[in-house]
Order: sequence, then structure tokens, then C-alpha cells
Amino acid sequence: MGTNLPLAYLMLSAILFVIGGVGLLIRRNPLVMIMCVELMLNAVNLTFVTFGKMLNDISGQVIVFFVMVVAAAEVVIGLGLIVAVARRKPGASADDLRTLRG
Amino acid sequence: METAVFLVCALIVLAGGLGVVGSRNPVHSALSLIATLFGIAVLFLNLGAQLLAVVQVIVYTGAIVVLILFVMMLLGGDNEEEFDIEPIAGQRMLAGLVGLLFLGAMLAIIVVGKESIVTGSRSVTQAISTSTSNISQIGRELFTTYVFALEITAGLLTIAVVGAVVLARRPKDLQPLPDEPESLTDMGDVPLTLMHEETGH
Amino acid sequence: MVELVWLIPALPLAGFLLLLFFGNRIGEPRAGWIGTSAVALSFVVAVISFIGLWGQPDHTYELKLFEWIPAGNFSVDIGFLLDPLSMAMVLFVTGIASMIHLYSIGYMHGDSRFPRFFTYLNLFVFSMLILVLGDNLVLTFLGWEGVGVCSYFLISFWFEKDENAKAGKKAFITNRVGDWGFMVAIFMTFFAFGTVKYSEFLPMSPGLAQSTATFIAFMLFIGAIGKSAQIPLFIWLPDAMAGPTPVSALIHAATMVTAGVYLMVRVNPVLAASASWLPWLIAIIGCATALIAATIALAQQDIKKVLAYSTVSQLGYMFLAIGAGGYSAAIFHMITHAFFKALLFLGAGSVIHGTHEEQDMRRMGALRKLMPVTAITFIIGWLAISGVPPFSGFWSKDDILAYALHKSPILYAFGLLTALLTAFYMSRLVFRVFYGDARWGESAEGELANLDAHDTSAHSDDGADSHADVHAGFMPHESKWPMLVPLIVLAFFAVVAGVLNLPFTENLEFLNRWLEPVVGANQVHLGLGGVQLTIELVASTLVALFGIFLAYSVYLKNKVDPRRIELPFFANGWYIDKAITDFMGGAGRKGFELIAMFDNVVIDGTVNRIGRATRGGAARLRTIESGYVRWYALMIGIGAVLMLAFVLTQVSF
Repeated sequence: MGTNLPLAYLMLSAILFVIGGVGLLIRRNPLVMIMCVELMLNAVNLTFVTFGKMLNDISGQVIVFFVMVVAAAEVVIGLGLIVAVARRKPGASADDLRTLRG
Repeated sequence: METAVFLVCALIVLAGGLGVVGSRNPVHSALSLIATLFGIAVLFLNLGAQLLAVVQVIVYTGAIVVLILFVMMLLGGDNEEEFDIEPIAGQRMLAGLVGLLFLGAMLAIIVVGKESIVTGSRSVTQAISTSTSNISQIGRELFTTYVFALEITAGLLTIAVVGAVVLARRPKDLQPLPDEPESLTDMGDVPLTLMHEETGH
Repeated sequence: MVELVWLIPALPLAGFLLLLFFGNRIGEPRAGWIGTSAVALSFVVAVISFIGLWGQPDHTYELKLFEWIPAGNFSVDIGFLLDPLSMAMVLFVTGIASMIHLYSIGYMHGDSRFPRFFTYLNLFVFSMLILVLGDNLVLTFLGWEGVGVCSYFLISFWFEKDENAKAGKKAFITNRVGDWGFMVAIFMTFFAFGTVKYSEFLPMSPGLAQSTATFIAFMLFIGAIGKSAQIPLFIWLPDAMAGPTPVSALIHAATMVTAGVYLMVRVNPVLAASASWLPWLIAIIGCATALIAATIALAQQDIKKVLAYSTVSQLGYMFLAIGAGGYSAAIFHMITHAFFKALLFLGAGSVIHGTHEEQDMRRMGALRKLMPVTAITFIIGWLAISGVPPFSGFWSKDDILAYALHKSPILYAFGLLTALLTAFYMSRLVFRVFYGDARWGESAEGELANLDAHDTSAHSDDGADSHADVHAGFMPHESKWPMLVPLIVLAFFAVVAGVLNLPFTENLEFLNRWLEPVVGANQVHLGLGGVQLTIELVASTLVALFGIFLAYSVYLKNKVDPRRIELPFFANGWYIDKAITDFMGGAGRKGFELIAMFDNVVIDGTVNRIGRATRGGAARLRTIESGYVRWYALMIGIGAVLMLAFVLTQVSF
């Protein structure tokens, strides 16, 4: 692999991460927000694998394995929460949960 | 060859990402997400992480996105978000600013550092071997070096399942979420016990 | 036997507590007897301790009861220092106090708050004993404040009358001004020596820097000015005559006002180590006080006021002695003064009692035959204070004058002049009260009308403004035995107390030799003898007799119009009191209001403004917690960017 290509992977990850981040901050629909989180997680996964390749170490991929597991669990919980909230208020967005303000 | 694959997949990934963020319809966002995830899977293959590519397709695309689509259908997901209004003042601008700064910093690091940004020692755990298959190598690592993390992750999944079941249970009496109260300390005629019933039982 | 020293203050304390809780139930007259016996027993223990003290080395005994203030390096104990000075004071304090307690049983008969009076008296004796017996400055200060408080209680004992309450307040507040000096001195003493215990820091005094010693001694002198009524803080003593006469006798003649003298004598090593201008200052203030007070006394019409200013004047003599280096002379005069001044006050009380609460001299006269015992004892006291040999006052006053002459002939001259005035105004008092025409009753009206028309001196305290016709047909009478016995006892001592320190030979100077361990190193040694001594003694005698003769010719023979001598300037106290009041009410008040305003605006204002700023800041900070989850996520993002930026600055590529 050429010396530039891993760097290109890293740059791609960075861009994807930022897209996901900005999307998380801008979108109000909770499901879309979860999807943005998935984007960020995937960017991170890509970064890990790239580093694993650059360092010639298998643990980069193993970590990604774990990240996926945790991401799955997190999505499950998140969707459970969304269902619970949406039952009370159909069409609720992230902005509707703001009772805990100062 | 690798470079060409990379370029194509990169385009797919970025297009999907922008689609997730920019689609009005959440179903369109979900489909864009699938595109992104596929692109990432191919990139994994490009990097020689075969197991991960397959797991990505099966778990991420096949389970997580499907789950999201299920919930979207359950809750009437075609309500489109209004892009024009933004209740929080300055949110969009600041978000864009944060994003740009962050991206700028990261790109600067990568461009300036080049190879030297990877400072760790090589092959600390185990070198990626080309002789044994990727699956068996990862399997071996999982069950030797990372066995603790594996078991705890198993426990985590169990907890997640139980939690999801508890969260999504249908309570006895359904009352809509209260509108924002006038006074912060006084919730009006909604007693505090209601909050317990949401998550309790 | 000397270990019983702790009983000396404990007995009056027990009396105080007993009377405090059960006084009203015990009632008159048993409450009076309890109070008296407490102090009398204390006197007995004092005598026993005195006998025991002879066997102690240097006639000094220290007893520590317990630790009172343990504060790191600073430690103050409750302990007693029984040395020649404190022994002498304890003896005459308890002795005279028990006499006055006995007297009060008769004087306060019929008063509605009889038990309360003895409660306060016992508390006073306790405080005074703590003052004298304390082995460190803080205990002395405790007693100092205690006697001040009791003075306040007792002066305003008849507080139903406004003037009495005001007089009590005036005494306490004026004392307080002096107390500030005392406190500063205690701080400085601790700072300079690391201890406030007498037996520890007094021996170290010769090694003290002169400025420090001067500062400490000067601050203590300020305290003494307040407590012992020197110029300019003597203003409270004449007003204090509003209290019952036994109070005036005990507190404002024999004991409390002598506390300042005691203090200065106690710290004589510090005084010796200070700059030479300080003893000069003390001597000059003492001499000036003596003279000024004597001039005021000769223009007063109230018996008790004359005696009050006389006390101020005699206290001035004591400070003159201290300034001139004659510490034992000051103590000698203190002792004799306690006897004859208490005698005079109690006698005055007897006269007042006998003339049905009349205090104005112009309405008395020719009482000698009607109150013989009072008259004779009073005359003895008069001769003592005037300095007529062989009564005690002559010896002690002459002792002081000898030291004054040694210091400066000018001070000696003023001292002699004051002695002349003392003899004059005391004789005036005796002649007006006990001799001459009877101005009480019917014959008084005409003379009264004459006098009132020309009289310009103001009275504020006599309760008998009621016209003479109310008293027409009444006869002044002698007092009962509880009041007469103390008079007789005190008169006896006023006669013989001179033997304590006869100046003829070294052997006869008992008091000098007794006080040697305490003041010996710093006392000026006069080494008088022979011709010089005889001349001084004769001069003092002549001056006293001349003063009596002058008063005789003015008041009994009417050779000179009294009004040419009793000037309004004197009668109004050289307008010092008025000047102080005007200043405090006028310019002084502005200063105090300025300080109060500083406290309100700057200090309180700063605290309040900090509070308000915190609230305002908090209100503005609260907007960050908007409740929006996306906003919080944005904050996290901003934080991440900042951290990244920081890390970038640390990293080199």
C-alpha cells in the first residue's frame, strides 16, 4: 500500500466523522440523530482499522469488533427510549424534552 | 487498483453521509445510511479486514438499520422535519463552526504529520498475518488477549436486551407528555408520581 | 496557711452567687449579714495568709488554680500572686469592704432592693480581689472590667431616676475609653515578651527596648487615667455620686479608683525601662489633677461632690508619687486615703441619712451637737485628710511631697499649694456642716432665699429640692449602730495608720521595707534625715494649719465673702466636662458617624455587592442550561475543539 493511501483513509474518516457530528447537532428527529451517531461510529471504525494496518497490528480490528457490539447495544436502548417517549407524545422531537433547564 | 476502489467507495460513503444529514424524509436518511455502511464494508475489505466487512453488513446494515426502519414505521416515520425553523438561537452557525474547526484541525494533523502521526510501536499485540485467515486470527485474539472484554461485552448485550424490554413496556395508563410547565418547580396538576410510572413497574 | 489564698476571692463569690439566686427569699436584713460575713471572713483569711506569707521567700507566694486560655504559645492561667503589694491591698480592701457592708445594713434599711445591693457589693469585692490577686495582666483586666461593671450596677442602683442611670452609663463608658489603652498594652506585652504573667515578664523588663516599654507603660497609664479618674477622664467620678453613699465610699474612694495606682505600681519595672518623659508626664498629670480638682472642690455645694473631687485630687497625689519614683509612697497614701476617705464618705452618708436625704451644704449646719459620733469621726477624718500631724494623712502626704521635691521643686510647690487647698475646702465642709448656724428648718428660709438669688452654680443630683418648709419641724438625728461602728473603726485607723511608714529612721519605714521585693529596685531612695526632713515636716504642718485658718476666717468669721472664692469657673469643673460633651456631641459625633458610614458603605457594601454580583453572574450563567439536548451536544463539541486546539499547541511535528 502506498504511503499516501492510509492517510487518505484517515482523511475520509475525519470528514465522515464531522458530517455525522454536524448532523447530530442540526437534526431534530431522534431517529435521524441515531443514524448520525452511527455515521460517527463508522468513521471511528475505519480509523481503527487503518491504524491497525499502519501499525501492522491485529488489535485494531479486534477493537472495531467491540465497537460494533457496543454500538448495537446502544442503538437498542436508544430506540427503546424513543418508543417510550413517542408513545406519550406522538411526533416528539429532541427539542421537546427540555424540562431539566436552569 | 486499491486506490481506485478507495476513491469510488469514498464517494459513496460521503454521498451517503450527506444524504443522512440532509434528507428531509427520515426513510431517505435510512437508505443513505445503508449506502454509507456498504461503502465502509468495502473499504474494510480493501484494508484486509474481511471479518469486519462481513460483520458490518450483517450486524450494522442488516440488523441496526433495519431496526431503525422498524421503529420509524412503528412511529409514523414519514413526518418530515421542518428545516426552516431552528428553535435554538445560534445552533446552526455554531455547529457549522465547530465542524469546520474540527475538520480543519484533523486534516491539518494528517497532512502535516504524514507517517509520523502513527507513533506507537509496531505489532504490539499480534501482527496481521497473511498466512492464517483473518477470522481465526481475530478469534484467537478475542479469546486470549481480550477475553475479559469479550465476556463483559456479552453481559452488556444481555443488559441491553433486558433494558430495552423494560423501556418499551406499555404502561397501564397512557397519558401524553405534559406541555412545558409555566413554573419550573410546580408542574401544575401533573403529580410527580407520573414520572415514576414512565420507567417503573 | 498561705495556700488558703484562693479562699479570699472565693468567699465573696460564694456570697454573690448565694444572694443572686436566693437573695429575694432571704430578704432584709439577713441578706446584708450574709454579704457582710462573706467579706469579713475573706478578711480573716487575708490576715491568716498574711501571717503565712512572712515565712515565704521574698514574701511571695504563687498559686495556680487551673489553665484558663490555652492557645498555642499563649497561655493564661487562673492563678494568684500573693506578694507584698497584693497582700497589702487585699488586707485593706477586705477590711474596709467589710466595714462598708456593715454600714450598708443600716444605710439601705427599708430599700425595696436591699438584697440586690449586697449581691452587687459582693460581686464587686470579688472582682476587686481578682484584680489585685491575679498573677497575669489578663486576670487583672478581668477584675478591672468586673469592677467597672459593678460600678455601673451600683451607681445606677436607683435607676428609677434618669440621672442615676445616666451617671452609671457615663462611668462605664468613660472607663471603657481607658480600657482600650489597657487592652492595647496587653497585646503589646504579649508581643514583646510572649507572656503576660507578672512573675515571667517583669524580671525581663530591664532588657526591653525603650520604645516598647514606653508604649506599654503609656497604654497602661491611659487605662489608669480612666479607672482612677485623672484628667481628662475624671468626669465620671462626680456624677457617680448619684449612687448610694456606701457605694461612693467603697468604690469611688477606697478600692476601684485605686486600681489604676495598683496597676502602675505593679508594672514599675516596665515603667523604669521606659523613656524618661513618661514618668514626667505621669507626675505632671497627677499634679495637675490634684490641683485642678482641689480648686473645683472648694466651689461645690453638695457634700458628696466635694468629697468626690477630693478623691480625684488625692488620686492625683498618688500618681504624682508614681511619676516621681516613690511607689511605696503612693501605696502608703492609698492606704491612708482609703481609711480616711471611706470614713468621710460614710460620715457624709450618716449626715445625709440624719438630715433626711439632704445633701446640699447650704441647708445644713450646727449638726455637731445633734450627731456627736458622726461629728467626732468626721472631724478625725477631716484632720487626717488636711494633713495635720499626727494623723495618718500627714505622714503619707508628706512622703509624697518629699519625692516630688526630689523630682522637681515646681512640682513640690504645686503639691504644697494643693495641700493648702485641701485643708481649706475640707475645713469649709466641716464648718458648714457641723458648726455655724443651723440652716435647716424654719430659720433656713430667709437665708436660703438670699443664697438662691445669687447662686450660680448648678446642681443636678440632690434629691431634696423640696422647699425648706417641708422640713420645718424636723430634727436631724444620729444614726444607728450598724452605721456608727464602721465610722469608729475607720476613725481609729485614720489616726494610727501613719505608723506604717514613719520617715524618721529606716527601721520605722515598715511599708517601704515590706514593699522592697516589689518596687525596691526602681524606687528612688531619698535618704532623708535630720534638717531637711524637719523642714519639710514643719512646712507641711504650717500649710495645713494655714488652710484651716483661712477657711475659719471665711466661713465662720465671715471676713471674706465666700462668693469671691467659690468662682463659677471652679464650680463648673473648669468646664472640662462641658467641653468633652460638646466635642463628643458635635465634632466628635461627626467623626464617629463617618466611621459608622465607612462600616456601612464600604464593608457592608462590599459584601452586599459581592453577593449581588454572584446572583447576577449566576442568572446569566443559567442561560447555558437551556434544557435542549442539542445545545448540550454543541457545548461538548465546542469543548472538544478547544481541547484539540490546546493539544495542538503542545505537539511538535
